[in-house]
This record gives sequence, C-alpha cells and structure tokens, in this order.
Amino acid sequence: MIDVKELRKAFGPIQAVAGISFQAAKGDVLGFTGPNGAGKSTTMKMLSCFLSPDSGTATVAGYDILGQSFQVRQNLGYLAENAPTYEEMTPLSFLRFACDVRGIVGAAREGAIERIEDTCALAGVMHQPIGTLSKGYRRRVGLAQALVHDPPVLILDEPTDGLDPNQKHDVRMLIKSLAAEKCIVISTHILEEVDACCNRWMIISRGRVVADSTPDELREREGGSLDEIFRKLTSHDATVRTPQEGEAA
Amino acid sequence: MRGLLSVYKREIKSYFVTPVAYVFLVIFLILSAFLTFQRGFFEARQATLRVFFANMPLLFLFLVPAIAMRLWAEERRSNSIELLFTLPISTPQAVLGKFLAAWTVLAIALALTFPIVVTVAYLGNPDWGPILTGYFGSLVLAGAYLAIGSLFSALSRNQVIAFILAVVACGAFYSAGSPTVMAFVARVFSGGLAEAVEMLSFQSRFESIQRGVLEVRDLAFFVLLAAGSLWANMMILEERKAA
Repeated sequence: MIDVKELRKAFGPIQAVAGISFQAAKGDVLGFTGPNGAGKSTTMKMLSCFLSPDSGTATVAGYDILGQSFQVRQNLGYLAENAPTYEEMTPLSFLRFACDVRGIVGAAREGAIERIEDTCALAGVMHQPIGTLSKGYRRRVGLAQALVHDPPVLILDEPTDGLDPNQKHDVRMLIKSLAAEKCIVISTHILEEVDACCNRWMIISRGRVVADSTPDELREREGGSLDEIFRKLTSHDATVRTPQEGEAA
Repeated sequence: MRGLLSVYKREIKSYFVTPVAYVFLVIFLILSAFLTFQRGFFEARQATLRVFFANMPLLFLFLVPAIAMRLWAEERRSNSIELLFTLPISTPQAVLGKFLAAWTVLAIALALTFPIVVTVAYLGNPDWGPILTGYFGSLVLAGAYLAIGSLFSALSRNQVIAFILAVVACGAFYSAGSPTVMAFVARVFSGGLAEAVEMLSFQSRFESIQRGVLEVRDLAFFVLLAAGSLWANMMILEERKAA
C-alpha cells in the first residue's frame, strides 16, 4: 500500500533524504528509526504530500504523491511531529473539522467521533480547549485526528513521544490492534517500541536505508541488543563531539 | 468547495472563541464613532455619512493588518500548517477560506456601525444611495487591505513582522494619492509616473465610490489588487509550506 521509489530531498546543501526506496503492505507495521536528522520526518512529510520530493516518487494507498496528492491525503491518516493542532479549539470541534474536510458529515460524523473518543481515551476533555490539555492528551487528539476517518494507511511521526509509560503502552496496543486492517508506518526513537508493536524494522541513516528487516532477523544477523544493532549500523552518524573538536570545527 | 467551507467555518469559530474578534469589533466601533464625531459630524449640519466613511481608509490601514497578521504566520508558528496541508484541502481552498472568514469579521464590524445610520436617519432625511455605496466601498476596500495583509502573513512566521510589512504596503497604497507624495514623485521623476502613482491611490478611488459614483474601473482596481495578492499568497504557500 506504500511504494516508495528513490525519494530524494535536499534543503540547501544538506541532503536530507538521499534516495530512499521501500514497500509496505497491508498488515505491516513498519518501525522507522534512525538518528536525529537521518531523514525520517522529511520522508514522512513527503509521503503525506506536505513536502514535494526533488526527485523520485511514491504511491500511497495506490495513489501517486505527486499527481494524486488529494486522493493520497484523503486515504491517509497522518500524525505530524509534535502533533500540531489548533490550540484554541476543543477536541470535539477539532475532530468535527477533520471530519468535515473529509466529507464525513451528519450522523456518520458524530458516530466516528464517538468511536474515536473511546479509542483514544479522550472522554472528559472533549469540551476543553486543546491548548489547556496535557501533552499526552494533545498527542492523543492528534492521533484521533489521524484515525477518525478510518484510513487504510497510517503514517505516525513519533506517536508516543511525551506520553507516560501507561499511555505509551495504550498507544502501542492501539497500533497493534489496527495492524491487521491497515498499513502503518511509525517513526520512533524508542527501540523497544519496535520490538513491541512492529513486524518490520527499518533503520535509516544520512538519508539512506541501512537496514530493512524484522527485529528478530536483525538480532540474529548482527547479534546483540536492538540498541547495539542500531548503534553499529548508524555509528558513522555520531554527532557527539568533544568541546575541542567543536571549537576547531 | 468542501475544503473551502470547512476552513471558513473553522476560522470563523476560532475568531469568536478567542478574544480576537471581540477586541477588534470593540476597537473598530469606538474608533470609527470617535473619528466621525471628532471630525465634525454635527458641525457639517448635513444628514450624510461622508465624515464617517472618509475615516475608513485610515482606520483599516491599521486594523485590517491586525486581523490579517495571524492568518498564516500563526499556522507556521504552531506548525498547524502541516496539519492543514496534509488534510485533503487544496492551497486555493485554504487561502480563500481564510480570506473569506476574515472578511466576514470585517463585514460584521461594518454592519455593527448601524447606529450611526440610525442617527442620520433620525436627524434628517439622508440620501440613501451614497450610504449604500459607502458601505459597499468600505467592504471592498477592506477586502483589498485584507488580501495584502494575508500575503504578508504568508511570508513570515512572525506576526509582528507580518503586521508591520502589511501596514507599510497598505500605507503605500493609502498615501499614493496624497499631495505630499504626488509633489515628491513629480519632482523626482518626470513624465507620467506621477499619474501612474495617483492611479494606485486607495483614497481617491474610495472617495469616488463613497460619493455614490460606482465606476467599474474603481471596483476592478480593488478586485484585481485583491485577486493578485491572493494569487501571490497561494504561490508563496505552494513554494514553501514548511519554512
């Protein structure tokens, strides 16, 4: 349901994404990991049609991100980094807006919102301005927005960032429960999360795919814990410098 | 159409759940009434609203950019722009939806000045033609200011910068026909440039509409200026949504 072909994107002199290709099918939960600045968010932004690639293309839910961006966005649930919302709105009016935009109206809209209120555990805060909610609630409002129209493809950029351990667990369970019917890509810095809810593990570094496999397979092949595998495959990306080096640069 | 309507509804709601619309309406009503009476509404001893409408270009010069500055700068600052453009909404729908919502707030502001109409109707026997064209012209003028403001809001993620740039740009159109500017242009540049600059003047075009002279070229000027600004607004967003 996602087919990425040689996506490239540069910001000035920085090649953020340097030719990424992969496929993901229905039933896949793809854990997208990589060091900061590896190109995870940029790739996700291109797949959600927010940024246009310099070259290469991709299809999402069978639609081309360049030529059929409207259909892509109609069939996609996207949670952007830091889960941006409209802070002055209440979750209820925000979700109504998300439904209206996608043509879900009337009783269908209220039904969809009721379902998602339950799924994302938003009961009790539906009438409070989003700006006054805790970080965990805000993220779940963003997640609710991505799920409310029951899309076949989900792209979630760090969906559990800022949640407490219980909420993290809930979101992982939610992702797992959705997995059978959908194609899901999540980016994360928490490698246990990959183990907990993904059936595919992809590591990207400096804009390229350096591993695309399952957690078990990589453990077998590379040996060691997930953390060690991650460090081994992305170590050339190391950005920690001693102060002297920093000054010299 | 669906996208435009959804954006429009969301924007209108957000004006009225935050203090933005209320503060704007109150300030606008106070200033418009104050300027009218201060600049000789009674002294004119005429049942017209000329003094009232004559203040509009100056009043809008500061108040419309204040409404417009948040349109896109706010979306960029909070990054909700990434949400907006990953929903199935096209750029023109988003730009027009936001523009129309802000324009509606301005229309409400104008509508709420009705007591001054009641006042002239009570005091005398006003000629209704110029009053109607005055309101119509004010709305069109506000739309032109607003489109310029929206354009500058899309250029920056900082609302203060968006506001200042919009005031300067609107100020250029506002002052284009004034004697000082005209004398300066005529002295520095020779030939037809002074006439060309005068044609850009908001003041003189608005004055003729407000007198009751509805000319196609005056209307076309405002409409084309607004349409051009909104088009540029769309181009900027297409080019760099992120930034």
